[in-house]
Amino acid sequence: MGLTITEKIFSNHLGRTVRAGELVVSEVDFMMGQDGTSPLAIQAFRELGGRRVHDPSRVVMVIDHSAPSPLEGISNLHAMMRRFAAEQGVHLYDVGCGVCHCLLPEQGHVVPGDIVIGADSHTTTYGAINAFSTGVGSTDLAAAMLTGRLWFKVPETLRLVLRGTLPAGVFSKDVALFLAGKLTADGANYLAVEYGGEVISSLSVEARFTISNMAVEMGAKAGLMEADEKTLKWISRRTARSFSPVAPDPDASYREVLEFDLRELSPQVALPHRVDNVKPVEEVEGIPIQEAVIGTCTNGRLEDLEVAARILAGRRVSPEVRLVVAPASRQVLLQAMEKGVVQRLVEAGAALVTPGCGPCVGTHNGIPADGERVISTANRNFKGRMGNANADIYLASPATVAASAVAGKITDPRRLL
Amino acid sequence: MAEEMILRGKAHVYGDDINTDYIISGKYKFKTLDMDELARHCMEDIDPEFAARVQPGDFIVAGENFGCGSSREQAPLVIKHAGVAAVLAKSFARIFFRNAINKGLPVVECDTSGIRQGDVLEVDLGAGKVTNLTRNAVVEIIPLPAVMMDILKEGGLTSYLKKHGGFRL
Ligand code: SF4
Repeated sequence: MGLTITEKIFSNHLGRTVRAGELVVSEVDFMMGQDGTSPLAIQAFRELGGRRVHDPSRVVMVIDHSAPSPLEGISNLHAMMRRFAAEQGVHLYDVGCGVCHCLLPEQGHVVPGDIVIGADSHTTTYGAINAFSTGVGSTDLAAAMLTGRLWFKVPETLRLVLRGTLPAGVFSKDVALFLAGKLTADGANYLAVEYGGEVISSLSVEARFTISNMAVEMGAKAGLMEADEKTLKWISRRTARSFSPVAPDPDASYREVLEFDLRELSPQVALPHRVDNVKPVEEVEGIPIQEAVIGTCTNGRLEDLEVAARILAGRRVSPEVRLVVAPASRQVLLQAMEKGVVQRLVEAGAALVTPGCGPCVGTHNGIPADGERVISTANRNFKGRMGNANADIYLASPATVAASAVAGKITDPRRLL
Repeated sequence: MAEEMILRGKAHVYGDDINTDYIISGKYKFKTLDMDELARHCMEDIDPEFAARVQPGDFIVAGENFGCGSSREQAPLVIKHAGVAAVLAKSFARIFFRNAINKGLPVVECDTSGIRQGDVLEVDLGAGKVTNLTRNAVVEIIPLPAVMMDILKEGGLTSYLKKHGGFRL
């Protein structure tokens, strides 16, 4: 019986054949903490008696969740991270650099075949470039910083084959939402997901990140894709590290293989307060909104801002709506400036905030009022997620969010593209 | 230590997919490392009375996929600091499950469907069973993987690693 991508990556690391279900201790190639999780990891590192990080070149810390700091308590935690990073020689991405999950691949830290951990659940994102990457807690991160290793239960794999070509106006975010709706919030709990099929090959690497990012919304431990020409080209421009891509064996054994034909897919919207409460846009059009958000680790990349700018060019954000745009990284912001994308967004009435998580997790940058409805390109719409439990959050693609911002209500973007 | 651990307390019952934002909202967790302060907001967005109602030794009881969402370790920590002795659920989201064990909070996978709000439960981790004293019913606990049981026995990953100087597998 052949091996899945996950089994192969672990086998390569351990120097023997490893199969799903085994408990293993493996080297970790790269690890990351953000400002919501690093302070506890630093504390745990000290409690472990840690003096030196095992290999500082394999660790980064990112200040992105509350950046710049809106509160004194947060400022002190940020200062703690800066002190630790300086002391240990760990690279710190400070305020304005961007969201961790955009930065790690963009800055060439992650390559195909890697095992990566991040103290953030959306660490699944780098599965799109063929890495086994998964979210852990702060104490696991501390243990890995100290020893360079961590224990894993090698997961079984659910293979999702996505057939067809996406219709115009339908994007990778719609695919991610559609799959969350079909598989539900725990449909892939404890499993690795492997995505394949023509839909994936047709997408840009950026668009693929959106899908792997949301693997965790189905409970998955990782969301892997094969490395193709596009991946290799994308990576080689960004990294000096050597690597070897990992493909599944044709006779790999899967928990299940599911096929979806996406030729007729509509833009999708997740309704409050669950990511798997998904409907086609036609069924929810017309619901008034007061805030719209474009950004986050799911959809704050250049092509996301571009499609929004395309819709907003020559139009105005509705006077009833605040449109907050948070580029996912400084590099994204610079490119968007160069291409005139920022100009078009701001002219249309968007409020641009610091590259980072933006208002995604309710610490700052646009907390909704009681009874308000928000449409966002983020990955979670839990009650209270954006800082107010009396607000409703809808999730959609950047195109749907931009179209809705113009109309002041949830709107099918295909009419404005 | 876990082997002879018998816990007794009242059940606070919730449904499926209780996420980490409900356990401790992002708007609080980024502010401080003071878990006692954060514990006052435990479960606030879905059960504002919880922090005032919970007694030391009580249990949180839930359905499928407890702890889904973010990787915040503050989630098991605030539950522990709120005085909760263990979380019982039909299933757990994996990062929460791992974090809870790492922080020494027992997580008990079992059939929770017969448990009602306020029932008095006795959880015997060593024998692997939960007795509902109010309803006179017993359910079995799905056993933890050995490495997790070892970590829990040591009271969490920090004391485990300190004792063994690394992972033993
Ligand atoms: S953008 Fe949102 S989901 Fe992504 S890392 Fe930041 S807070 Fe988490």
